[in-house]
Amino acid sequence: MIHSLFLINNAGDLFLEKHWKSVISRSVCDYFFEAREKAVEPDNVPPVIRTPHHYLINIYREKIFFVSVIQTEVPPLFVIEFLHRVAETFQDYFGECSETTIKDNVVIVYELLEEMLDNGFPLATESNILKELIRPPTILRSMVNTITGSSNVGETLPTGQLSNIPWRRAGVKYTNNEAYFDVVEEIDAILDKSGTTVFAEIQGVIDACVKLSGMPDLTLSFMNPRLLDDVSFHPCVRYKRWESERVISFIPPDGNFQLMSYHISAQNLVAIPIYVKQNISFFETGSSGRLDIAVGPKQTMGKTVECLVVTVHMPKVVLSANLSATQGTYNYDPVTKILLWDIGKLNPQKLPNLKGSLSLQSGAPKPEENPSLNIDLKIQQLAISGLKVNRLDMYGEKYKPFKGVKYVTKAGKFQVRT
Amino acid sequence: MSLSYSCNGHICENLLVMDSFVRFLKEREQEQLIKILSFLFYIFRHDDLKEMLDSNKDSLKLEAMKRIVAMIARGKNASDLFPAVVKNVACKNIEVKKLVYVYLVRYAEEQQDLALLSISTFQRGLKDPNQLIRASALRVLSSIRVTIIVPIMMLAIKEAASDMSPYVRKTAAHAIPKLHSLDPEQKDQLIEVIEKLLADKTTLVAGSVVMAFEEVCPDRIDLIHKNYRKLCNLLIDVEEWGQVVIINMLTRYARTQFLNPNESLLEESSEKAFYASDDEEDEDKKAEVTTLEKRKPYVMDPDHRLLLRNTKPLLQSRNAAVVMAVAQLYFHLAPKAEVGIIAKALGMFEPYLKSFYIRSTDPTQIKILKLEVLTNLANEANISTILREFQTYIKSMDKDFVAASIQAIGRCATNIGEVRDTCLNGLVQLLSNRDELVVAESVVVIKKLLQMQPEQHSDIIKHMAKLIDNIQVPMARASILWLIGEYCEHVPKIAPDVLRKMAKSFTNEEDIVKLQIINLAAKLYLTNSKQTKLLTQYVLNLAKYDQNYDIRDRARFIRQLIVPTDKSGALNKYAKKLFLALKPAPVLESPFKDRDHFQLGSLSHLLNAKAAGYQELPDWPESAPDPSVRNVEVKDSVCAERTVLTGPEGAGVLLLQTTRGSSNILFHVLLHHSHSEQSSGAEDRKRGRKAVKNQKSASESESESESSESEDESEEESEEESESDTDVRKNKTIAPSGSIKMYELLHRITGEGLAVEYCFSRQPFSPDPNMVAVQIQFTNNTNSETKNLHIEDPRLQSGMRIREFAEIGLQPSESVTVVMGIDFCDSTQAANFQLCTHTRKFFVSIQPPVGELMTPTFLTENNFKKEQGERTSAHSRFNTHSCPTDCSFSSKHLSFFSSYVVVTPPPPPSAPVYRFAGKTVSSGCLVLVTVTTKEGGGAQLTVNCEKMVIGTMLVKDILQALSQ
Repeated sequence: MIHSLFLINNAGDLFLEKHWKSVISRSVCDYFFEAREKAVEPDNVPPVIRTPHHYLINIYREKIFFVSVIQTEVPPLFVIEFLHRVAETFQDYFGECSETTIKDNVVIVYELLEEMLDNGFPLATESNILKELIRPPTILRSMVNTITGSSNVGETLPTGQLSNIPWRRAGVKYTNNEAYFDVVEEIDAILDKSGTTVFAEIQGVIDACVKLSGMPDLTLSFMNPRLLDDVSFHPCVRYKRWESERVISFIPPDGNFQLMSYHISAQNLVAIPIYVKQNISFFETGSSGRLDIAVGPKQTMGKTVECLVVTVHMPKVVLSANLSATQGTYNYDPVTKILLWDIGKLNPQKLPNLKGSLSLQSGAPKPEENPSLNIDLKIQQLAISGLKVNRLDMYGEKYKPFKGVKYVTKAGKFQVRT
Repeated sequence: MSLSYSCNGHICENLLVMDSFVRFLKEREQEQLIKILSFLFYIFRHDDLKEMLDSNKDSLKLEAMKRIVAMIARGKNASDLFPAVVKNVACKNIEVKKLVYVYLVRYAEEQQDLALLSISTFQRGLKDPNQLIRASALRVLSSIRVTIIVPIMMLAIKEAASDMSPYVRKTAAHAIPKLHSLDPEQKDQLIEVIEKLLADKTTLVAGSVVMAFEEVCPDRIDLIHKNYRKLCNLLIDVEEWGQVVIINMLTRYARTQFLNPNESLLEESSEKAFYASDDEEDEDKKAEVTTLEKRKPYVMDPDHRLLLRNTKPLLQSRNAAVVMAVAQLYFHLAPKAEVGIIAKALGMFEPYLKSFYIRSTDPTQIKILKLEVLTNLANEANISTILREFQTYIKSMDKDFVAASIQAIGRCATNIGEVRDTCLNGLVQLLSNRDELVVAESVVVIKKLLQMQPEQHSDIIKHMAKLIDNIQVPMARASILWLIGEYCEHVPKIAPDVLRKMAKSFTNEEDIVKLQIINLAAKLYLTNSKQTKLLTQYVLNLAKYDQNYDIRDRARFIRQLIVPTDKSGALNKYAKKLFLALKPAPVLESPFKDRDHFQLGSLSHLLNAKAAGYQELPDWPESAPDPSVRNVEVKDSVCAERTVLTGPEGAGVLLLQTTRGSSNILFHVLLHHSHSEQSSGAEDRKRGRKAVKNQKSASESESESESSESEDESEEESEEESESDTDVRKNKTIAPSGSIKMYELLHRITGEGLAVEYCFSRQPFSPDPNMVAVQIQFTNNTNSETKNLHIEDPRLQSGMRIREFAEIGLQPSESVTVVMGIDFCDSTQAANFQLCTHTRKFFVSIQPPVGELMTPTFLTENNFKKEQGERTSAHSRFNTHSCPTDCSFSSKHLSFFSSYVVVTPPPPPSAPVYRFAGKTVSSGCLVLVTVTTKEGGGAQLTVNCEKMVIGTMLVKDILQALSQ
């Protein structure tokens, strides 16, 4: 299925290659570079590129292109999902998935890729299984290894491979048993010029960090499970119990994992935590324009909005911005044409405001369209949908675990049209 | 430290060598010198690594291998290290070993001869007790693409396919496509392995073997039949990647085996049409009747339903590829009414309209796709919302996207008549847009829209005529000119003026514009020759000397057609008709159409072109193929099969009926007889099976089902293979059949999740022939592993013995079957013992029915009579009972008994005698059973046995069985 993988950074350097079948010359990537150049923005590179003899399926993550080479029919999503899984595994192992960490750990990366695919078909992708085969690097372990010469590679088959709960390794032991759940909701919204909601929905995930000894069997229940519309689960979740009782029953993998993701559709009214008043105009004459943006709280459920950032992709003709912000700092990058206003915490008493003038390239026609504003924000201790975890029960083990739930709301693709 | 010194030492040495070379070649030219130097560098460049690999310290080897792998990862050539690396293939350090494997797989193809040095290591690895080592040896062996080892690979794959460890079997499945691509001639043998692995019951193997199936023999749908239900049922527990492959394969399978669930609807409507038509014509009626006869009401095959039902929960998978696979399965297989359930997961259809609104930050390809979805969702009810949304898009800075939006508006306008004018007006407004691309795209779309109703829109045409002064985009200019030419009668005053302007700029225009100028001239000449004759000739003259021969050709052709001369022929008369014929309005088509024939979600579907290896999704069959091909004998019916192998019809019925009793004696006797008579040959077996099939309809044997000839064969193979296998495997193959009664040893609840059942397998217990084989099946229903299952503290009657099974462990939900032997001393006393797990002990007991204490034996008729005589006269007990009338024996049964059972009585047809011989397992004393039928329908049963108790009990049990 997947013939080869090339990792390419944003500058176009091919810094890692791996082949699962016969070697395919890296010159096949020329087709990718061509498409990359045409696309201008890295996001615009088509995910599937056809070349005379191969197909290139790629994803762009953490400033790295994961370019896979395919020779025969395969569902493209299969490959894309797998490439994401590779990136997630790197993240899991090295803390971040960047060019530097991959280069620093190139041997482990190679060993991982070797285990994850066999002849181009996924072999072991579960983090718990991989970690038994290839231990993640830690400072202590690498020191011990250099002294004793012992290796990072497991010598026996991971227990998960043969059990019917492959996601959990056997013989887990902790002195402190703890289970944490983060309910993270992102608001995807489009607001129009006047501030009315054109469209809004919530994408939520529940991330878990479970460090429990033995084989705990957990049940997580919600106060208001009916809110959840379209759910997808980690394979450990028992689907039948969700269907019949609306509880999440599962034997967790060890460590960090995403328990479930859900979707709360546009049909339910989605609370929009802030409002934005904006006025951006370009003058016909004088090669200049004005910008005035104000942000204020709307439906915050009594919580504070933090990490508020407004990003504006300015038209090409905007050369510079001369603005003043009552709060936070702003920065205009004349190369990427991105205006970034980092507001920070939103103070309801003193509403932040950014205004001033924009200077345009002289002689160029004024831009047709006003740029839209992209909003970033964070609200701690709030799930904007109102979702609440009721309780977490554990069966199968006798100790008392420490449990915790955290809620966070963020802006997802939150855009204000102007 | 010492390492770097030694390296430095090496480099010094190298430099010295080079130095001498330099001196030696002093006079030579510089260029050559450089060549030699670089060659030397090449020779010595990896010396330090070689030295490290040759050292006997693992840490140095590891360091060297790490550096080499880093080189490979960067795409640097490390092939010259091959001899040094391959030496370390047998290194004890597992990480070094693994990295050597990585290296080998990368370079073996280039260095085939040297690669062969490593083969023996892998062959040894294949026999290692550690399953991980066995598996990785097979992985590497099958990955080094060296043709010469094909036979070794084949052998290794075959062996691994029957390995005890499912992980190794999974690796074998992975190796199949590797070998197939290396040597396609192995296909037939590989298909055999695939067939074998398809029968594997573990989830671990399922995905991989289906992947192999898809690569090697996707057209061998027949291999799936027997495994279809199993695959459906396993699906939810298979890993995600396997799920995708299995679902896609089953989609194809279903399209060949089931009927179109939506067909019946179509047919109904056509039937109604039939009724509606006049019923006078008899012929028609006849046809109708026959079609009606053919058409049965559609009932979904339960297997079809099974697939739909078992894939549905997977819509909740976190893996988008799995969700997509299920979605396409429903799209291609489900009744229309049920397709809706995928909509939620995919977020398709109307209520989700707004989810497709576009943000300026979306990547271009996403924008285009969303636009496509929005356009397809547009209907009378939502078009105003959508158009308002589109208006926003037209202002975008991404011009490609704007162009696509304008196209989309055009499509909405053609599809929904009500909004055509609104759209047209909106597009006309765009004509004053400052961006030329926007204007040009609008012109093209407007042109198409106007073609639908030109009369009402002459003002728009006029407006566009004015635009010709400003618009420079060739396609747009050409479109405007075409429009004016086509509808010149609606704008009689403006058209000649446009031609005048165009004649002026003709030489500077692009080719497509020039062609349209000629076109416009011709049309005007035909409708308004007074004003445009000279202009037209001027244009044609210019075109005559154009650089482009298409344009020269066109000019010559048009001149001949429109300007009447003496030579011009009949066509001239029709020139006007030719040019100004009413042209059908164009259909504004989606750029995504025409790809429906590809399986949804496939690469080919995405590209709208057939990718290599794409498997066509077949059309539904006209009539459903035989659904019974998917029937599977319940578990392994090896034993049960053999018992009935031999009987012709009728006899089997009796046999089955009698054997369902508690004692199962006859059954038992017969079973063992045929077992010992295996030489009777496959031919007989088949005949026997056919017989079983036939009688099945008559008897209500619930456990077995029909099987086709080919499966018989495959089964035989598996039987043979399993026999040569290890003990564990063997135990599996003699898993209890439906017709052998299972007894409960430990209930799931009392066993706290551990359920234990047993049966008497009726096979000789090989470690001790004097023991009865008891087959025990453990099922772990808990979520934790059960360890150290074993027997303790047996409490037995004096003389009884027990042979325990080896200690085992059970994974959650796992089932394991073991065999133990018990010597019951030919008594029906229970054997009591304790069943222990790592945490608990359970008291259990096994009590055998008397029939299970015997094994069959072969006697000739004379011997039988002799033995019977001895027993009757000497020390056996004689018993006579008459059978119930309902079990009448007929002469047909004769052949059955006479050829296969114990003796061949020369019977007077009126009163046949049936004889069965067996002996007790423990002491081996003979048990003789005689059934004498009487003409009145009754029968007499005689049992001769030295052991009185056994004899009595046997008679009792047989009668009880017969009376049921």
